[in-house]
Amino acid sequence: MNLLRPLFAGLGALALSLAADAAGGAKKAEAPESGWPFAKVPAGQLDKESLQRGFQVYKEVCAACHGMELLSYRNLGEKGGPFYSDEYPNANDNPLVKAIAAEYEILDATPDEFGDPVFRPAVPADTFRSPYPNDQAARAANGGALPPDLSVITKARGKGAEGDGATYVYALLKGYPDFDKIKFKEDEEGNFINYLEFDKGETVGELIQPIGVYYNPYFAGDTTPQWDGDPRHKPYGGFIAMPAQLPDGRVEYMDGTEATTAQMAYDVAMFLHWAGDPKQTQRKSMALPVMLYLVFLSILLWFSYKRIWRNVAH
Amino acid sequence: MSGHESTYEPKLGITKWLDSRLPIVRLAHDSFVDFPTPKNLNYWYTFGGILAVCLAIQIITGVVLAMHYTASVDEAFGSVERIMRDVPFGWLIRNIHMVGASMFFLAVYVHMFRGLYYGSYKAPREVLWLLGCVIFLLMMATAFLGYMLPWGQMSLHGANVIINLFGAIPLVGESIQSWLMGGPSVGNQTLQRFFSLHYLLPFMIAGVVILHIWALHVPGNNNPTGKEVQDVEKDTVPFHPYYTVKDGFAIVVFLIIFAVFVFYAPNVLGHADNYIEANPLVTPAHIVPEWYLLPFYAILRAITFNIGPIEAKLLGVIFMFGSIAVLFLLPWLDTSKVKSMRYRPVAKQFFFGFVVACLLLSWCGAENPDNPIIKMGEDKLVVNYTDAAGLEGSRVFEEYAPASQFRDETAAAGGTASLGIQVAPAFRFLHLSQLMTLYYFAYFLIILPFLGLRERPKGEPDSIHHSILGNDAPAAAPAE
Repeated sequence: MNLLRPLFAGLGALALSLAADAAGGAKKAEAPESGWPFAKVPAGQLDKESLQRGFQVYKEVCAACHGMELLSYRNLGEKGGPFYSDEYPNANDNPLVKAIAAEYEILDATPDEFGDPVFRPAVPADTFRSPYPNDQAARAANGGALPPDLSVITKARGKGAEGDGATYVYALLKGYPDFDKIKFKEDEEGNFINYLEFDKGETVGELIQPIGVYYNPYFAGDTTPQWDGDPRHKPYGGFIAMPAQLPDGRVEYMDGTEATTAQMAYDVAMFLHWAGDPKQTQRKSMALPVMLYLVFLSILLWFSYKRIWRNVAH
Repeated sequence: MSGHESTYEPKLGITKWLDSRLPIVRLAHDSFVDFPTPKNLNYWYTFGGILAVCLAIQIITGVVLAMHYTASVDEAFGSVERIMRDVPFGWLIRNIHMVGASMFFLAVYVHMFRGLYYGSYKAPREVLWLLGCVIFLLMMATAFLGYMLPWGQMSLHGANVIINLFGAIPLVGESIQSWLMGGPSVGNQTLQRFFSLHYLLPFMIAGVVILHIWALHVPGNNNPTGKEVQDVEKDTVPFHPYYTVKDGFAIVVFLIIFAVFVFYAPNVLGHADNYIEANPLVTPAHIVPEWYLLPFYAILRAITFNIGPIEAKLLGVIFMFGSIAVLFLLPWLDTSKVKSMRYRPVAKQFFFGFVVACLLLSWCGAENPDNPIIKMGEDKLVVNYTDAAGLEGSRVFEEYAPASQFRDETAAAGGTASLGIQVAPAFRFLHLSQLMTLYYFAYFLIILPFLGLRERPKGEPDSIHHSILGNDAPAAAPAE
């Protein structure tokens, strides 16, 4: 195996260089300390109370700009959803879901008998109402940036492992620098500009925060143009068009839980994780029986194999 | 095996009636029940059966998915999500189909490496090998077409990259490109033809699989010794029950791995960007194919230089297609008379080197070619400046403080200066992929042709049963 030795040496060096390379781009998002309950093997499940709080955060904060066009109100009351109840196996009958839907007035797909558009309160079968009629309106209201639809946002971030996307949402929402860290100064023309000071390790310098965007270490991007320190040690992350949304006490939880930034970020990440894959409860309940069945079958086949081949040298 | 007499005896009236009109039950009996199979096949030989299961799973789940899928740029993304949300067990069917593609390729690669190691491509099995290569090509085409259907960001931009490759072909390239796309760009018409072809190709695969099995049953199975069957009694056992049970066990173990992905990590083998709806105006930062096509993607990107009048882009395409074309020539490239690498001590080392090269190529395909693997020295700072007198120059610094001081002083003195990074020289993924591409082709075009002429094989047994029992042991009692 002399031939392979340099190759293995190369592999070792590769592993080392990869560890060092993680410094580039956005900061690695870290899951909450207790871990995500739904990511536990063999049968992790969503935390229903957290889901309900997360829906409240979405409804009162996120929904102002972000749509969820793949979700219907009925999904909220389906098995695994935040408002599922054994009494109402058909979510369309669930009074809580009906009440939530009725809060929104939507344009009916069918016009009235004279061809005029009909606005009516939503029913559980309707999809979530979008905050803007179209992308152009969304951009116009957000300084040119398009708030992404959040239906599958947790599947569209991270590397695809269970909880990766939720971890990203959680880290991003609580990753904004504290308000008192953002300083102001006047430039030569007398305009106020925002900046952040960095003084940890080799990352020392000032990062200018351009108008209309906000620094976040977990948001993919490039800080080089706004950084006046050593470009080899620029801060992680980039600039996002969404300002920090979850200061302590932004919502008042109906169940009395204290609404800290971390708590709201956790709850809304849990809710979005459910929304991205609402059938995950079924998937995780089915996982263990399927695995046990297959393992049992493989043991049976192993002994059948041993028995059938017992007199044959091979 | 050809020449093996049929042992099928129809017992019922109806089977007798059928046997004299269409002996299909006899065919099945001779092929899958009484077929004489070498006794010494190891678990690497179970992947043929595993692949048959994979194909069946993909076709069955695929047909159900097609009942609910909408091939239209406005609705495809939403319809795939609706399958996962609203179709009963749609989440399960779609996860199986999505993970199944990866498992199919995992199995086919093991199957191919097994063929390479035990010399299963050599006479009298050349046609068997060629048919396998055709199946592999069809699989890659099917997987590529299928990856387009969810109409995510990687679907669209991946399709763009691959279709653009054809544009590199001189004279007819652009025509082929627009013929594939069905228009000037990848759009609704492309999605619809890709869907149509994605439905068609699996049945072509199934057809070639039948030929593949036919071509297997004429010369019979190869085996780890590479020796042909000499004595049916001593060397073989009937396929059923011996190999149905052994393959069955391996298939279930394979399904356990399959199920782990389906139930615990359905998205881990894909790319998160494909859950962002396709948008022609936004290009993802890194366009990468699915993992199973990465080695070929790495070969494509490894060619960054022109050779004579041939430009790098075309050359990359030639090398990429060449890496598959060379598999078709393999039976005539390997000159060794000995099939199994068990008895080829030198070739064996090159073979394992080839496996490592393929794995490293996959890694290179996933990474940005400019990323360093081993850095030689530290990055430095460079200040480019024009001083007050209009002279241009640049100075290199190791530390930030003197660099920024120099920049500020130059600026204060009436010049202009900017600070940047001078990247240290490094051994990059590009270099690794070039080395591994070289090894990939050298393995087929230089090592196997010349090694076969020079190498001294070691310890080859006289026959299958000698290898099983050791040379002096008496023949085994026949199987019950």
